[in-house]
Amino acid sequence: MNIRSLASNWLGFALLTILLVVVFPALLDDFRLNLVGKYLSFGFVVLGLVLCWGYTGILSLGQGIFFGLGGYCIAMFLKLEASTPEATKIQSTPGIPDFMDWNQLTELPFFWQPFHSFGFTVFAIMAVPAAIAFILAYAMFKRRVGGVYFAIITQAVTAVLTILIIGQQGYTGGINGITDLRTLLGWDIRTDGAHNILYFVCVALLLVCILIGRFILKSKLGRILVAIRDKEERVRFSGYDVANFKTFVFCAAAALAGIGGAMFTLQVGFMSPTIIGIVPSIEMVIFCALGGRLSLIGALLGALIVNAAKTTFSEMFPELWLFAMGGLFIGVTLFFPKGLAGLVDDYVRPWLVKVLFGGGAKPTDRPAPTPAE
Amino acid sequence: MRGDAAMFDYSFAELSSILVMQGFAGLILFSVFVLMALGLAIIFGQMGVINMAHGEFMILGAYVTYLTSHLFTEFLPFAYPAYFFFAMIFAFIAAGALGLLVEWVMIRHLYARPLDTLLATWGLSLILQQIFRSTFGAREVGVELPDWMMGSLNVTDSIEVQINGLFVMGLTAAITAAVLVLLFKSRWGLQVRAVTTNRTMSGAVGIDTRRVDRMTFGLGCGVAGVAGAAFTMIGSTGPTSGQLYIVDTFLVVVFGGAQSLLGTVASAFTISQSQSALEFFISGSMAKVITLLIVIGLLMLRPQGLFVLKVRR
Amino acid sequence: MASDDINEKTGLTSPLRRQLLKGMAAVPAMAAFGGAARSSFAADGVNTTGLAVTDTEVTVGILHSVTGTMAISETGSVQAEKLAIEQINAMGGVLGRKIKYIQEDGASDWPTFAEKAKKLLVNDKCASVFGCWTSASRKAVLPVFEQYNGMLYYPTFYEGLEQSKNVIYTGQEATQQIIAGLDWVVKEKGAKTFYLLGSDYIWPRTSNKIARKHIENFQKLEVVGEEYFPLGHTQFNSVINKIKLKKPDVIYAIIVGGSNVAFYKQLKAAGFDLENKQTLLTISVTEDEILGIGGENIVGAYACMKYFQSLDNENNKKFVAAFKEMWGKDIVIGDVTQAAYLGPWLWKATVEKAGSFDIDKVAAASPGIEFTGAPEGYVRIHENHHLWSKTRVGRARTDGQYDVVYETADLVEPNPFPKGYQ
Repeated sequence: MNIRSLASNWLGFALLTILLVVVFPALLDDFRLNLVGKYLSFGFVVLGLVLCWGYTGILSLGQGIFFGLGGYCIAMFLKLEASTPEATKIQSTPGIPDFMDWNQLTELPFFWQPFHSFGFTVFAIMAVPAAIAFILAYAMFKRRVGGVYFAIITQAVTAVLTILIIGQQGYTGGINGITDLRTLLGWDIRTDGAHNILYFVCVALLLVCILIGRFILKSKLGRILVAIRDKEERVRFSGYDVANFKTFVFCAAAALAGIGGAMFTLQVGFMSPTIIGIVPSIEMVIFCALGGRLSLIGALLGALIVNAAKTTFSEMFPELWLFAMGGLFIGVTLFFPKGLAGLVDDYVRPWLVKVLFGGGAKPTDRPAPTPAE
Repeated sequence: MRGDAAMFDYSFAELSSILVMQGFAGLILFSVFVLMALGLAIIFGQMGVINMAHGEFMILGAYVTYLTSHLFTEFLPFAYPAYFFFAMIFAFIAAGALGLLVEWVMIRHLYARPLDTLLATWGLSLILQQIFRSTFGAREVGVELPDWMMGSLNVTDSIEVQINGLFVMGLTAAITAAVLVLLFKSRWGLQVRAVTTNRTMSGAVGIDTRRVDRMTFGLGCGVAGVAGAAFTMIGSTGPTSGQLYIVDTFLVVVFGGAQSLLGTVASAFTISQSQSALEFFISGSMAKVITLLIVIGLLMLRPQGLFVLKVRR
Repeated sequence: MASDDINEKTGLTSPLRRQLLKGMAAVPAMAAFGGAARSSFAADGVNTTGLAVTDTEVTVGILHSVTGTMAISETGSVQAEKLAIEQINAMGGVLGRKIKYIQEDGASDWPTFAEKAKKLLVNDKCASVFGCWTSASRKAVLPVFEQYNGMLYYPTFYEGLEQSKNVIYTGQEATQQIIAGLDWVVKEKGAKTFYLLGSDYIWPRTSNKIARKHIENFQKLEVVGEEYFPLGHTQFNSVINKIKLKKPDVIYAIIVGGSNVAFYKQLKAAGFDLENKQTLLTISVTEDEILGIGGENIVGAYACMKYFQSLDNENNKKFVAAFKEMWGKDIVIGDVTQAAYLGPWLWKATVEKAGSFDIDKVAAASPGIEFTGAPEGYVRIHENHHLWSKTRVGRARTDGQYDVVYETADLVEPNPFPKGYQ
């Protein structure tokens, strides 16, 4: 591999690393940096979507489920840590979370018990979303449900989960969610210092996840996934069990979303069912589409840009910002089907490589794959 | 719960009349589901376009009804009792026209990428919501109905049926029949079905597929507008009310088997009856959860939906 | 003059120098500075913690949803807060400083509320924030207010079970809204059986729990049914049939949002005559909601609130007139809107009593603060940061207003952690 193609492949990653590790912390104040950290937690979901939507052609409108489950797992752990008998001594049953006490629960439900353990919680953050994803996906992929059907079913599951969480408030905290989280293993997560550290943890995890994602896509597995997306039948006739591959990638996306949810909870300080709902789930897909569903880094930047735009527009024109957001979605879908990353791939990157390594540059040696369907 | 145990204390006559009314409630819910899913079934089933702004088209119809009622009180007070019929026509025209415009500006560029229509129409729904909010205010508006549409008919002493329920049922029957006739008896319907089955061949035999698409999308949106107008009788009219319908609507269409209008009707019937019956025996929010779970479970077993049309892809 | 000398210099010096001078603004000799050089924080006794307070201005925040599903409800609160701020400014402001507000949109999304609350406190240094509507949004911002020591004036009637140094609850907690109403309906209507309905989330569930305890344990009467519906539910025919079967004396409804419209329209269509035959008591329908429901669909229902637009007193007449002048003659004012209007006034009174904008001093000075100009009559802040206020029952008219049919003789004590109702 010559230096030019190496640079072309790793340039984006290097620039992203510099942006996240050096530029943002240097330029932004504590408050804004914490916001970026919050946006980046959606980045995990979006990486998963690139894998399962961009490269395998499975559109899920239910990534909020997995994001939420991951978030709830860590929130349960943090809530238990915050609900010490001393801190909750005014309750009729000290030692259980406050919302349980309000709902006349007198002991901790069984499924809360394991969340006393940090090790289990870390495991559960990835395992619970992946397990639910497996249950959802395996049966359907075996029966060759795909495309729009799968999308709508995931959307319905989102609705079910939201209604369940809101309805079972004694066990879940209801619509308020699990709030007032204070410490992680004795470390106060609410201070600016903690937020800064969490930001770097989030960035580090994200970069690792990008590398893993790249590894998957470059491997033979990645080629099979693209083949499934483009001609599922042919792959099946070639002797591959398509359902297994699809289930795997969907579960991986769910586990990624779970990590994102956990990072979100840590940085925002609570978890609530509104983050699971239909609207946030669709928004996550939109981050991915806008940034570029075929580019891990592009999609991640999509999450950053849409969220930052949301914050900025809504601060500048609180009553009109939806026009700007709606226009952005329509414009990108109509004119840049490969998202912003497509633009970069087609124009910016070859130009940049040319500038850095002299003229006569050929376009990237990896031709930009065409979007699904 | 003590209250539920008391269910058995009632006389046979009381229970049977409740049973009748409960059956009627299920039928109303059925009509509501069909009405709300019909427009989507046309667009999604026939064109494969996922219209996330469907709810907003319905609310457009509701706002048109609101405006019409004011128009009639202002200028034609004597015709007020009949305003609702005009409102539905206006709603159809308004939503249909907007549909044609949207198809021309946006959708026609996206036929090759059906999943992308989801994103673009989501953007559209955000914009429409904000237009409603800027025009009519963030608060809900109250749509006044003529007196004859409110209240109920006493069939027997203990059995009462809602007039607006009957109205919705009649309307649903009429619109479904009209759409079916249009699709299966008219030349245009033939073209639509041809395009659905095989777009390339249809083009080759001289069907103007673009025109067919545009009219189909317009028709679907127009029907959504009428549904929205009708729903002012039973639901709220606000900038974000449309989002309440999204999940139910899509489920009904998908469960029915997307290409089949009859499937949509059958699926609306199944879902509405199970929800309505469950609601009678358990609390509303659990009934909803269980209904959705049953539908999801059935879809896992029979992913192609209840009815399926053979389509050459 | 020495001060003129310095003034001239500041006009010419480098930005860095200006910063330094700003930092020195605390020096008393410089108090004679001209307006241009005085944009920094005045650090005399009224503001020792770096809030956004200058000698002429004080910055506050308004944090409500103006987009999303909650915008329907929260619009009235924003309007009331802006009106109160304008009126206070017309009277000369707070401690001689005009109020400037920064409005942020919570977008009906709780994490967004937390984000915007932090922005208002950390970036904008708001001296107080008027905002939130749902309990969930308040729960989301509460840790932010406690951590960064801000002051929140929260307008909505809510379920109680909370009390914070950093929040003043200008609406009613649950017992203030429920108990007097139930007592009235039993005494006046001879009610024996109740059917409890609600949207499925914490406020209706907690309120119905309190109602059930009161009905069963204190009034020794019977609850014949209790039921909840998902938020946004639009189909109520099945439960209406159940109500027909159980024939309760009172339907006790705590349904919110768009579901309300569906519920009352369907109830009316099913032949329930709220005017003459069926008693219905609600704590969730204000004049704002009737706008969407339509007066003709809910006429005859009773609502238990602390404020109705039709209240007959001088304060209220002035308030309603001013509100309509600012926001249009067709506007209606509900219970929460009025409670939101109290926020800025109570804050002004508290700041002036404390003689300082400092959050700790304002929090400490809050108990006992009175507001005699309240449209609802007279309110006073309790030690637990809720308001003493009267409970009233109103009966819905066709024009969307309520006739007040009952009010408690005395102010009702707020009791966010009611014993015997848990």
